[in-house]
Amino acid sequence: MSPQNGSQDRAKVVVEFEGVNKWFGDFHVLKDINLRVRERDRVVICGPSGSGKSTLIRCINCLEEHQAGRIVVDGHEIGNDLKSVAAVRKEVGMVFQQFNLFPHLTVLQNCMLGPTKVRGLSNSEARDRAMQYLARVRIPEQADKYPGQLSGGQQQRVAIARSLCMQPRIMLFDEPTSALDPEMIKEVLDVMADLAQSGMTMLVVTHEMGFARTIADEMVFMDAGRIVESASPEQFFTHPESDRSRLFLSQILSH
Amino acid sequence: MASHRKRLRLNWIDCTVFAVLIAATAYVGYRVDSVLEYQWDWSGIRDYLYRWDEDQQRWVANLLMQGLYTTLRLALWGIALAAIVGVAFGIMRTGRRLFPRMLSRAYVELVRNIPPLVFVFIFYFFISSQVMPLLGVEEFVRDATPGTLAWLEVLFGTPNLIPNVISGVLCLAMLEGAYVTEIVRAGIQSVPKTQVEAGFSVGLSRWQLMQHVILPQAVQRVVPPLAGQFITLVKDSSIVSLISVQELTYLAVETAVSTSRIFEVWIIVAFLYFGVCFSCALLFNRIEKHMAVRGQ
Ligand SMILES: Nc1ncnc2c1ncn2[C@@H]1O[C@H](COP(=O)(O)OP(=O)(O)OP(=O)(O)O)[C@@H](O)[C@H]1O
Ligand SMILES: [Mg+2]
Repeated sequence: MSPQNGSQDRAKVVVEFEGVNKWFGDFHVLKDINLRVRERDRVVICGPSGSGKSTLIRCINCLEEHQAGRIVVDGHEIGNDLKSVAAVRKEVGMVFQQFNLFPHLTVLQNCMLGPTKVRGLSNSEARDRAMQYLARVRIPEQADKYPGQLSGGQQQRVAIARSLCMQPRIMLFDEPTSALDPEMIKEVLDVMADLAQSGMTMLVVTHEMGFARTIADEMVFMDAGRIVESASPEQFFTHPESDRSRLFLSQILSH
Repeated sequence: MASHRKRLRLNWIDCTVFAVLIAATAYVGYRVDSVLEYQWDWSGIRDYLYRWDEDQQRWVANLLMQGLYTTLRLALWGIALAAIVGVAFGIMRTGRRLFPRMLSRAYVELVRNIPPLVFVFIFYFFISSQVMPLLGVEEFVRDATPGTLAWLEVLFGTPNLIPNVISGVLCLAMLEGAYVTEIVRAGIQSVPKTQVEAGFSVGLSRWQLMQHVILPQAVQRVVPPLAGQFITLVKDSSIVSLISVQELTYLAVETAVSTSRIFEVWIIVAFLYFGVCFSCALLFNRIEKHMAVRGQ
């Protein structure tokens, strides 16, 4: 792993991949992945399309199964039993490219479902908590609307609030701004930057290199199922080691 | 709510269709009247809907209305039970476990590939010989207190016919439940996989996911076909007349035979069925609109 500053070296490891391999049928999507994420780390994963970025982070909350190697999340080894899956999903929030809000529930109900059903909060506790996080993503006034009535940027912020309401220890973001119109990207990135400020452990797949540079303390570059390079942002953006990351950066930064 | 109604406008096609309809009706009426030499007589029929009871000094329901009430009870319980059966088997049908999936598939295929009549005959034999003794309905009715009995009468009709009605409800529910199962399955499968992922990522278990995320959306999507199936159920309830459930069709046959006013009786019965089914259709329409507004 990249050199990190002293305080983070002592922080607890919350996500660990050890020699992880995954296949979709014959297709080898993840090849010998080793990755270690400590508490409060902000890891940005980038790479060309189809390189396995989504698959990698979806392994963390068990939306995908891996076939070889070890993944340990928040002390639970994944793949052993259903209990660990349940335990991990409680502690890991995820934000998707397409928001994936529950369309039949209001914004408030979207945010209350997990806390009431999974965390066992009472309705009023869950409502208070939901309003608190909706305020944090700056849309408390939309609480009683349905997702279909909101703009993309608003929906994505609701999705972030919905995850935060579970008070997870780790947040995963899979291209959270890729489905948004340009004018809405900033409002979502601002919310994510806030979250990063607050010390949340984050793994973010994104093509927003400007954002990555400001919030990341580690850049991971993937290509063809491998982690090709992982470095601090300064290192990665100014002196990328591999040819492939250099090519990728030149392509993505040129427009 | 629609802010302004569509204006009713007739063009020449509408007029032609209308004219043809009137002509056809007149022709049929003429044939029945002159060629069949059918003597219309509506006078006695009213008594078969309601008759004046001398002892009680009031109007009481006679055969046809009694039949209608039984049909309504059959429909109500049938819909409730078919919905439960359909949701249960629909969930099994889409589940991960092989055995429930196969069981549900077998049930659906069995019902769909046997004529309803044949199914009802076979299933009735099974119910009357196995299920009814097991449920102990007759004993229950026999030993019921007057208070309970009054309730039972509201819910299921005349006490001595309760086993009869329950057999009818079971037959009907199992028959229509298979079609509801298919509709529910289609609904569940139409909910995108991304909803499953979103549910899992907030920590829901499979069952919670089904209950709070998948099923509500599935049902919302299949309200129209479901409504159609429930209306079919109301109409199909006439099938159980064949196992002597004394509903509208069964009592209509009796009335028609005893009065020999065949056309009149069946025309009235047709109107009664139409009234019930059309009211259901209107009701379901409202529900559909209501859900559409809510779900956006
Ligand atoms: N369920 C699946 N079955 C088979 N192949 C899959 C499946 N999901 C993904 N793949 C394949 O695995 C590869 C990696 O997919 P993944 O979604 O992880 O890429 P990605 O890096 O996130 O790409 P993008 O930037 O386009 O989102 C792709 O080639 C994809 O076609
Ligand atoms: Mg992806």
